[in-house]
Amino acid sequence: MCLAVPFQVKSIEGDYAHVELSGVSRKVSIMLTPEVTVGDYILVHTGYAIAKIDEAEAQETLKLFDECLKVVETE
Amino acid sequence: MDDKILLAHGSGGKLTHDLIKNLLLKELGNPCLNLLDDAATFTLNGRIAFTTDSYVVSPLFFPGGDIGKLAVCGTVNDLSMVGAIPKYVSLSLIIEEGFLFPDLKKIISSIHTTAQEAGVKVVTGDTKVVNRGSADKLFINTAGIGIIPDGVEISGSHAKTGDKIILSGPIGDHGIAILCQREGLKFETSLESDCAPLNKLVADMLEASNKIHALRDPTRGGLASTLNEFAESSKVGITIEEDKIPVRDTVRAACELLGFDPLYVANEGKLVAVVDSHAAEKVLSKMQKNEQGTQAAIIGEVVADHPGKVVIKTQFGSSRIISMLAGELLPRIC
Amino acid sequence: MKFLDEYRDPELAKRLVERIHSHSFHGLRLMEFCGGHTVAIMKYGLRQLLFPQVELLSGPGCPVCVTANADIDKAIALAKKPEIILTTFGDMLKVPGSYSSLQKVRADGGDVRIVYSAQDALAIAQGNPDKKIVFLGIGFETTAPTIAASILEAKNRKIKNYYVLSLHKLCPPVIKALLDSGEIKLDGIILPGHVSAIIGSYPYEFIPRDYGIGGVVAGFEPLDILLTVEMLIAQIENRKPTIEIAYRRGVKPEGNKKAREIMETVFEITEANWRGLGRVLASGLTLKREYQDFNAEASFVLEAIPAKEPDGCVCGEILRGIKTPLNCKLFGSYCTPEQPVGPCMVSSEGSCAAYYLYGGENNGR
Repeated sequence: MCLAVPFQVKSIEGDYAHVELSGVSRKVSIMLTPEVTVGDYILVHTGYAIAKIDEAEAQETLKLFDECLKVVETE
Repeated sequence: MDDKILLAHGSGGKLTHDLIKNLLLKELGNPCLNLLDDAATFTLNGRIAFTTDSYVVSPLFFPGGDIGKLAVCGTVNDLSMVGAIPKYVSLSLIIEEGFLFPDLKKIISSIHTTAQEAGVKVVTGDTKVVNRGSADKLFINTAGIGIIPDGVEISGSHAKTGDKIILSGPIGDHGIAILCQREGLKFETSLESDCAPLNKLVADMLEASNKIHALRDPTRGGLASTLNEFAESSKVGITIEEDKIPVRDTVRAACELLGFDPLYVANEGKLVAVVDSHAAEKVLSKMQKNEQGTQAAIIGEVVADHPGKVVIKTQFGSSRIISMLAGELLPRIC
Repeated sequence: MKFLDEYRDPELAKRLVERIHSHSFHGLRLMEFCGGHTVAIMKYGLRQLLFPQVELLSGPGCPVCVTANADIDKAIALAKKPEIILTTFGDMLKVPGSYSSLQKVRADGGDVRIVYSAQDALAIAQGNPDKKIVFLGIGFETTAPTIAASILEAKNRKIKNYYVLSLHKLCPPVIKALLDSGEIKLDGIILPGHVSAIIGSYPYEFIPRDYGIGGVVAGFEPLDILLTVEMLIAQIENRKPTIEIAYRRGVKPEGNKKAREIMETVFEITEANWRGLGRVLASGLTLKREYQDFNAEASFVLEAIPAKEPDGCVCGEILRGIKTPLNCKLFGSYCTPEQPVGPCMVSSEGSCAAYYLYGGENNGR
């Protein structure tokens, strides 16, 4: 379950952030993730930010794919 | 004029007459309509196409258009989808008591502009006003008449194995533009409805080739439902390729957010064509030169396998069946 | 779209699938507990691509599907009351209860409104002070904190006409209940992605400890799921069942502490009634005593009508993974998305709907 989509924080006003993804914008609540700042990418579920996306980990995961595939090539 | 529509505006007396004269004839007038006879009369030679549709869209005004524009485009497009040249439309209004006159004026003006763009005339009409609560602000019905040129035989039941499927442009714009205005689903986007008359595009396509077997505009139910209709009517299978289907990033993003599949989202300015394989490239090329078809693409073909079913090939080498839309498109959280 | 498109690269996906196929085994049984995974697997045809090396099974991870008829009946009873505006996520509109559905209640004049967020329900409450707005709270630990936050906001803003019918459920207890039932043999578990963003990975430690199989927290894009399968295979080959996170950009082992605090402020754990599993201890959420003013069950009188299950519907067994939709006599004939008999056909992430809409002959079974 749980459709949550990555949006970028454009501005913050108290408990709310204005977020944007490919031209779609919405005001979402950051009550569950008060630590987010402008520029962060967050996962939005039903109008609430539920987690901040760890960009470093995102890159690591992409690297992991490459590693998996290097092993295929050497096998 | 009054700033609100009253029941009296629909009762046939002086107020009705004033409304017709000062708004409807003023915006839409032409020799036929101006006679205000009980029926429009005209001579037409050739095979006739005739269609009707009712428009109950909410909200009435949306990015990229309004109910008036939609009412003309919808009927012009239905005629175009059987290859007819649209000529005349009727316009019936059912107005809720208390409807704001300036809004009505905007909508009628929009009808005028769109009719001009499409090259059709409003030749007859009707106006009714109902008690507050008996209609949701404004309902419009349009019926349209067109002439089918000789040699044109287009029908959803004419698709043949080997034919190519051409889509005129990116899908999902209209449905998403409307949805994001609705209470409970508000989000901002610069997206506009793609509502547009397609008769000139179809005329260009027929100029390129008359081997166009089927045409349809994927309105409610989206591309998926339209392709299923073709497959069922023609008793053929259809295969499409996911990565060939144009979808704007904004539509993709909105669909991600709401849990929709763009294949099921309504369009009001797009068409799907089933074209003989030898003519497909020529038709595509002509479409891409028309402003309504700049992003046209061949998205699939008609096959002998799986008759009556539509299969989509994903980018991952897997394939799955896509059915018709069952019921309403509902946003989901899960 | 950033953080989505990169994980949908078809070239990388094809090669990951080849890598999975290069292992020397057959018929590994991996179960997912998340409707979002059910949909992704079907949409991208992953079941078909991984069969027969890997068999992907669908567990009770769709919050709509696991909602018991008796609970849907409560929502329907509330929606029928003239003073109530029932707000719900779109998922629940068509789900049949014992005798009716929210869609039918709406057609009969009940005020049932679809919202994207509890925020929208709060706005409706503010805009309709003479009405009582009840929010139908479904969902697991991803959604429960958002509903809890809406209740706290209602309290702070002194919105007195906002209520929640809490049908929220918890994920780890249902995984345990399924494993305890011993009905199916599993080799590994694809753990929910966004539930874990909230609860982290520690609550799943009991799985390898008590059942000897591993679990990997998965994201929702095709590459995320393929990576997860690859990680589970590695665990099985090395005979080292453990809990790992593949979805590291969204999930930390400690989860989202703030979200859990908010959830625990408003809700307490209770027994819950699961379709297909019956009553499961400590697997649901109810509003705490100090928030009873927002509790729809405490604030409105509901007639107790005995719940009824539809004849021939095997949603319960499908949810437990012991049957597939193709084993159901009603599937595709009496039970279709247009006329659903059970919730597995209504919910877009119910197994039956997924099979019907996406599967056809290409579901790899």
